[in-house]
Amino acid sequence: MSTSARYWREIPQRYRLEAGKCKKCSRIAFPPRLVCPSCSSREFETVRLPDTGTVLTYTVIRVAPTPFSDEAPYAVAVVELKGGTRLTAQIADCPLDSIKIGQNVKVEFRRIRDEGQAGIICYGYKCVPIVS
Amino acid sequence: MRSELQESDKGDSHRRHQRGRLKRKRCIEAFEKNYEAILSREESMRDVAVIGVGMNRWGELWEKSMRDIFVEAALAAIDDAGVDHIESMYVGCMTSGLFVGQEHLGSLMADYLGVASIPATRVESACASGGVALRLGFLEVASGMSDIVLVGGVEKMTDVSGGEATYALSTAADQEYEDYQGITFPGLYAMMAHRHMYDYGTTREQLAQVAVKNHQHGSMNPLAQYPFKVTVEAVLNSVLVADPLRILDCSPITDGAAAVILCPVEMARKMSTKPMVQIIGSGQATDTIALHSRKDLTWLSATAMASERAFQMAGVGPSDLQLAEVHDCFTIAEICVIEALGLVEKGQGGKAAESGLTALGGKIPVNTSGGLKAKGHPVGATGVAQAIEIVKQLRGDAGERQVEGARLGLSQNMGGTGGSTAVHIFRRG
Repeated sequence: MSTSARYWREIPQRYRLEAGKCKKCSRIAFPPRLVCPSCSSREFETVRLPDTGTVLTYTVIRVAPTPFSDEAPYAVAVVELKGGTRLTAQIADCPLDSIKIGQNVKVEFRRIRDEGQAGIICYGYKCVPIVS
Repeated sequence: MRSELQESDKGDSHRRHQRGRLKRKRCIEAFEKNYEAILSREESMRDVAVIGVGMNRWGELWEKSMRDIFVEAALAAIDDAGVDHIESMYVGCMTSGLFVGQEHLGSLMADYLGVASIPATRVESACASGGVALRLGFLEVASGMSDIVLVGGVEKMTDVSGGEATYALSTAADQEYEDYQGITFPGLYAMMAHRHMYDYGTTREQLAQVAVKNHQHGSMNPLAQYPFKVTVEAVLNSVLVADPLRILDCSPITDGAAAVILCPVEMARKMSTKPMVQIIGSGQATDTIALHSRKDLTWLSATAMASERAFQMAGVGPSDLQLAEVHDCFTIAEICVIEALGLVEKGQGGKAAESGLTALGGKIPVNTSGGLKAKGHPVGATGVAQAIEIVKQLRGDAGERQVEGARLGLSQNMGGTGGSTAVHIFRRG
């Protein structure tokens, strides 16, 4: 369904949470963009996003798309990282019925899925609850 | 020599300066003229009528090809309009490449409709493809470029397995930053639902009420894929797809097509014997493709903006409407859409179906056709079929589900989680 080039192009974001910070208005774009959505500036510097945040909303996927069919059920959330950047990520390592809006999570480097007939293993970020 | 040169330079510089000033002045004049043109643009547009509608029963049409489904709907619209030719056509379709391995639909459909040679354009805006195609057809007639334009939509979704269909639909989300993480469309709307429940106290039962209402309406639509009624209990006991959404919160996988014929109102007055239905407002807008990029996860800003533009063009407001067809791809979608359209206050969408406000006989009936939920959702055809329901209602041809005295209706069609939206307002007479 997808190619390895499409995967490795995104590696700085998937492995290291690299984002673009607008040099003019300081808005952070994740993934990086060529034009700032706030001030239209085209100058960015690369920054690394914080690795903790909170769950804004979530779901438990019961009917999964083909690359994830062996994984279901699994939880996916919209997470707001410290500093305000938001992303979509799976919530791992916890009972599915324990996930709550407002819960604190930490971003970790994980295996996401296999891809294509050669079974390339694709990595990226997932979140795990912070146990206090 | 030197001083002459200097003099000449000075002269050149002065002339350049003068020319610059003139240029700027002309620019400002041109801008002002253009600005006036923008202001008077709507006055210079022709009024557009819908003179024909065509749609057949939707469902799992195993024995029919995508081209035949489209051509049947197009012929029905041409016959309903009573026209002997069309000058141009638009085909709304989301992803025939993934569903049946076929692109280049403008040519294919014009060919099989027997009108090859006319301009024919395929339009894609995910699940809003039909609504955006309608807008382009409307603009082509309004601009004076063409008189008789066919706008159709089609999707053939059951030639692939459920998993492949889920994948095909997921291409409307951000492939690298949403789909990559294992999210699905039901999952994205499920996340909107959880947040709506969290922010406004919307209940699981209120979501179910949307499905109950739309199936109740759909049971009166002979063209609907699932023309049966469901109960709140049935919805709450149906299988979970993505918490909190269950299978009866979701619109189905459908094969289907729909088509309308547009022409200038003046022409329609001369040639059509049917009650006049005009498109008096059209609006389109976009939002971030990824749900997580939005400040408010349950506010559909593209729907709000597209409807604002359409209402402004039409010179009417939400309270003037007698009915609306909206994009209820999931029960939560209808709740968020009616808020963004201004039919209810923000946060109050959950109560609308429960209280009967949006049911037939209520203050503002929503999805009298059964909506995407009961009528079916062949994605590229949906926006056009919404227009057909409004036209039937305004003509007084909606049978059992007729909204009495309907004069003004709205259709709202959106792509993805609301990354694109087209809104149209229709008036009888």
